[in-house]
Amino acid sequence: MMESITASNRLRKGKDKIIYFLVCSFSFLAMIPLFLILWDVVSKGYKNFNIRLFTEVTPSSMDALLANMNDEPIPGGILNGITGTILIVGLAILFSVPLGLSIGIYLADNHGKRFAKVVSYLTDLLQGMPSIVIGIIAYAWVVKPLGGYSALAGSVALTIMMLPMIVRSTEETLKMLPYAYKEAGLALGASYTNVVFKILLPSGFGGIFTGILLAISRVMGETAPLMLTALGASVVNWNVMEPTSAIPLLIWDFYNDPNLVDLIWSSSLLLLIVIFLLNWTAKIVARKWKV
Amino acid sequence: MKDRIFRLALFIAALTILLLTAGIIYALVSRSLDTFAEYGIWGFIANPEWDPRSATEEYGALSFIMGTLYTAFFALFICIPFSLSVALFNGEYFKGTKISSAVSSVVDLLAGIPSIVYGLWGFYSVRPIVIELGVNAQGFGIFLSSIVLAIMIIPYASSLSAEFISMVPNRMKEGAYSLGATRMEVIQRISLPTAASGIVASYILALGRALGETMAVTMLIGNTDRIPRGLRDTGNTMASVIANQFGEADGLKLSALIAIGLLLFIITAIINLIAKLAMKKLSAV
Repeated sequence: MMESITASNRLRKGKDKIIYFLVCSFSFLAMIPLFLILWDVVSKGYKNFNIRLFTEVTPSSMDALLANMNDEPIPGGILNGITGTILIVGLAILFSVPLGLSIGIYLADNHGKRFAKVVSYLTDLLQGMPSIVIGIIAYAWVVKPLGGYSALAGSVALTIMMLPMIVRSTEETLKMLPYAYKEAGLALGASYTNVVFKILLPSGFGGIFTGILLAISRVMGETAPLMLTALGASVVNWNVMEPTSAIPLLIWDFYNDPNLVDLIWSSSLLLLIVIFLLNWTAKIVARKWKV
Repeated sequence: MKDRIFRLALFIAALTILLLTAGIIYALVSRSLDTFAEYGIWGFIANPEWDPRSATEEYGALSFIMGTLYTAFFALFICIPFSLSVALFNGEYFKGTKISSAVSSVVDLLAGIPSIVYGLWGFYSVRPIVIELGVNAQGFGIFLSSIVLAIMIIPYASSLSAEFISMVPNRMKEGAYSLGATRMEVIQRISLPTAASGIVASYILALGRALGETMAVTMLIGNTDRIPRGLRDTGNTMASVIANQFGEADGLKLSALIAIGLLLFIITAIINLIAKLAMKKLSAV
């Protein structure tokens, strides 16, 4: 009798150890792809990661072919993609930040009301929408009526993607602020507008700004919606009504053109550096201005 | 007075979400009407034929619906052991420790990598392994895309479930420990059942991500317009066929592609609703 109890206890302890081991090893396995991807991008990308990448536009397929045949590095860089990304993402920030902040303030202030519940649910719905569907929407709303692909259409697509993220982070941050902040402001005779701008937004700055940075880093690498809206261009373009390239769009072009393949990895490296810098800044901001 | 204007402005801003959603539904529905008028809603969904040649033009969505379901569910299946481990690692075993925050930031970085970079990595680094394994000759297909998709959705599934697991009250776990339960038994009998609906919700959300993922899948699935005959076969998902064929499409084909977009939108909307209901059930406990 005694023996069978110790045996079953040993079995239970053994099982416990096995599960612990499995959880640890599978967790570490789950992290490996990140390092493999980073290694791939860095080891293949650093060769072409030079000043030309930032100062020259994409070479034609023909020039690249000639350079490849002569064993020279591909002439040119991705300046048109860098400026395009700045233009399209910049415009999207301009659209989505004021609107997203306002909606977030509204939701934080009116939660529980039926209209706010509907808005909140629809925000979730927008957040879960596949990016390619958002591309179709911007195509139907902007490309079709204006009669052509444009940076503006790309910005509209990215705005729809950023909006729900900014709304959510603003709402969550403001809800975490002590209610006394607002009461104290109002008790001192401050108007609601002043309470929002002078008390709520500054106290919630960390969370709100982090949310905006993360939203930017999320749309920075988006390719699919831009394929249906901004299309791409081989020259530097600052006109919002014209087709415009972006870094991820250029990566897609290089992927499809065997002559330009060498530029894939340096462009991806640049994209990853920018995205990780944004993520890292977001983390620091969140830690420094903790609510 | 100023306050009233400000409050009105906030209300109008909130109203734009309503308008945006209405505009999205209108744009998708109005542009897919041609397709539904031609084939009927069910006739479009249940037809596996996709033939853009002008003489024999015919469009049906079934091949892509099946391709989407195959890749998304297989990816979810592969992702479960990894994401559940990460969730237990961060939410139970090493809750609140330095190593847990290191692991979760590494996994979170996975979510930051753009889809197109996953596609490149899958094409240049994973595809040769898949060929080596003898899955199929070219490497492209459901199998390859599902593996890469699984890695992409690990952070979504794990971070949310870790949160739910860490929310399980300590007193419940302590009760079980005091009765002599091992850690595994506590996880099995207390943590997982208590957090179950939250964990399910996070997997449903991860599934939603997998269903709509576009670029990586487009680069890896092989892009053939028929129902995949198994995991080794090539295929196309709803998202990848839109990405691939939208550029040169017009007329009925464009309308059919937008109709596929509408179907994808409806599916992800339903998935999000289910996940929301599952989480609501949890907060009621």
